[in-house]
Amino acid sequence: MNMNFKSWLVGTTMLVMGTTGAFAEVVFNRGNSADPESLDPHKTSTVYEAHILRDLFLGLTTEDAKAEVIPGAAESWTVSGDGKVYTFKLRAGATWSDGSPVTAQDFVFSWQRVVDPATAAEYAYMLAPVVNAEDVTAGKKKPAELGVKAVDDSTFEVTLNAPTPYFLEMLTHQATYPVNKANVEKFGADFIKPGNLVSNGAYTLAEFVPNDHVKAVKNPKFYDAANVKIDVVNFVPTEDRSTAMKRFEAGELDSNDDIPTEQLADLKAKFGDQVRLGPYLGTYYYVFKTDKAPWDNPKLRHAISEAIDRDYLAEKVWQNTMIPSYSFVPPGITGYETRTTEYAEMSQIDREDAAKKVLTELGYSPEKPLKMEIRYNTSENHKNTAVAIQEQLKPLGVEVTLLNTDTKTHYGHLEQHGDMDVARAGWIADYKDPENFLALCKTGTGNNYAVYSNAEFDGLMAEAAASADPAARMKKLSDAEAVGVARDLCVLPLLYYGFHTVVSNKLKGWEDNVMDRHPTRFLSKE
Amino acid sequence: MLRYVFRRFLTAIPTLFVIVTIAFFLMRVAPGGPFNQEKGLNPVIKANLERVFHLDEPLWRQYLYYLQNLLQGDFGPSYNLPDFTVAELFKAGLPVSLQLGAMALTLALIIGSGLGIWAALRQNQLTDYVVVGVATAGSTIPTFVIAPLFQLFFALTLHWFPVGGWGDGAFINKVGPVLTLMLPQLAIVARLMRGSMIESLHAHHIRTARAMGLSDYSVVIRHALRGALLPIVSYAGPAAAALMTGSVIVETIFQIPGIGRYFVDGALNRDYTLVMGTVVLIAIFTVTFNLIVDILYAVIDPRVRYD
Repeated sequence: MNMNFKSWLVGTTMLVMGTTGAFAEVVFNRGNSADPESLDPHKTSTVYEAHILRDLFLGLTTEDAKAEVIPGAAESWTVSGDGKVYTFKLRAGATWSDGSPVTAQDFVFSWQRVVDPATAAEYAYMLAPVVNAEDVTAGKKKPAELGVKAVDDSTFEVTLNAPTPYFLEMLTHQATYPVNKANVEKFGADFIKPGNLVSNGAYTLAEFVPNDHVKAVKNPKFYDAANVKIDVVNFVPTEDRSTAMKRFEAGELDSNDDIPTEQLADLKAKFGDQVRLGPYLGTYYYVFKTDKAPWDNPKLRHAISEAIDRDYLAEKVWQNTMIPSYSFVPPGITGYETRTTEYAEMSQIDREDAAKKVLTELGYSPEKPLKMEIRYNTSENHKNTAVAIQEQLKPLGVEVTLLNTDTKTHYGHLEQHGDMDVARAGWIADYKDPENFLALCKTGTGNNYAVYSNAEFDGLMAEAAASADPAARMKKLSDAEAVGVARDLCVLPLLYYGFHTVVSNKLKGWEDNVMDRHPTRFLSKE
Repeated sequence: MLRYVFRRFLTAIPTLFVIVTIAFFLMRVAPGGPFNQEKGLNPVIKANLERVFHLDEPLWRQYLYYLQNLLQGDFGPSYNLPDFTVAELFKAGLPVSLQLGAMALTLALIIGSGLGIWAALRQNQLTDYVVVGVATAGSTIPTFVIAPLFQLFFALTLHWFPVGGWGDGAFINKVGPVLTLMLPQLAIVARLMRGSMIESLHAHHIRTARAMGLSDYSVVIRHALRGALLPIVSYAGPAAAALMTGSVIVETIFQIPGIGRYFVDGALNRDYTLVMGTVVLIAIFTVTFNLIVDILYAVIDPRVRYD
């Protein structure tokens, strides 16, 4: 290859990467594990969509670089004495990207839209604490009956069923973001297309080419635009993690929210502190089918749990990108005391002995072994985890078989409460509150795959929900976990998730946090 | 000839109908549905979603809906990418896959045929062994090995090309994917051409042509090549249909926004309409290219006539 051709190549590459140009724009190429399913904030559910929507929209509250709640579209708010009525004062002078003011009516319209059954919003339950929300979603009441009100153009009032201390935290979720009423009415379902979409966040949507990129450009009308340092964000879907690492190495990506964990040691050696690891608010767990013998016996569930060597799983299977867990609610929620199973501190050998004793007591022997089938959804690491557990239970005489199905089949089976012994599941917090996890063990919850039902647990959860005092509420939730998880193992916690991201040294202001959320408006690039 | 083409198009309609019907019902046999996911949905919300997409209605009625829409050229909405209709996804992705596939196939045909002829003319000599050896290796190394090697060597070490991405269709972004798609095809074409050329060179009419004192060029290119092309043409038809509808591996590794991944992703996500759309598209391509092959046969082989 001669030099001319080579320099032409370089020139073209630079053009393609958008690093040249008269304005010397600051472009942030941000790897994002998958494309958004939708850019309609009310129809989204995944973490990948949240990364994009957090830049495009601004909820009543929002998050700073450390994912702590700060005022967003609402400048301030007051809460009534009984904790049930929130009155939000919208930011004076804040506008949509088309220049029209953000009004309380926009919020009324948006929230009614979220709970309207015709919208079929996956995350309609984010508004469940609001009066009548659940009845509207179920089609029993009209959207207009939702407990929200525009007192005047800049005052938005919400009435809740019960004091909900995590309500402000919930408002950082994309399902509660406002959409522009005039915009939605003008374009209908097409309002989310580039060119049509009007948003109120730090960025506006410029392009969405599926499987290629979502391009967002700085919104000059954003109230804090003066402090937004990155001009263009390209969200690049990085399905193939190895390619994403190579693109990062070549400078085509500035960050990616996932890394090939099996190469962790090499990556750390190569990229040093650009590889970021830390706890993430989520739990990787198994569920027993608790309404079926022999799994209806908590003693047996504990014996299996005790015998599982979580340190091995975290270290060998997950290369320390996960953390051994003995509680459902991960640490990191202010004011909450996690309740672990009592063998959390015991040595693995003692635990195995204890487990063996229980199994013998329950009448299992080499002649009459306990048989257990683990169901898991397709993924190399889910498989390795299940195989490791199979090996760990072998010395106890438990005959473990494995059943792998694709993700849709797996969760289809779990949601229909099909027959099974043990199955894998995972939960990533939607907002920073223990209730978000523990609700999965309440009687009749859709995600209660274990079909666990316990009056004492449900009672404690109800008491917590009715409690107006945040500290007392946390105590109740903690007690609920002690009953439902530590005593009864409504879920079998295995590992806490960890985030594993790669962030270029050129990118400044990226603060590691348990929610792994990083709004672009707080970042800058050299 | 025109009548023949017209008749072939008419027979394609029942074929497509059968394919659509089988695919529709096979898809529904798979357990789970588009709205089963890691974060399970509240049953009320799931019911709302299913109502919006008519999934709560009896299967036969959903089938009739689908056929009715399809006849009007409407592939329906994608369940898992609700911002786009299936037609919009194809409109964005198909040109990408078409370009890459067409470039890869054209290069494979030209270079592969050239190598095959060269080897055939030097049968059992070093050139021949080298070409056959390389061709065999080329068709056995899978694309998921070639693609990362290309990225490592040409992108990360030499910095000649980007690692991945489409770059709005910039030439340098296409080099890797096209080469990766081309190599296995090139190897197959070279081997096919070598074999059929050797056979063709031994035919009676070639011996006659040589006896008449025609030049080597005239014998090989004018007379032998014509007969030798037939197997290549039969191969190129289905190969074109497969290449132009995209490759999931190449598109995933190079992060290319084509349509190859929709078949696999759609099936895994139970995105029924997306899978159905892909099936119809692949069927149309296959039927069309088979027809083109048959017409080319008549052009190349004087013994074939469609009257």
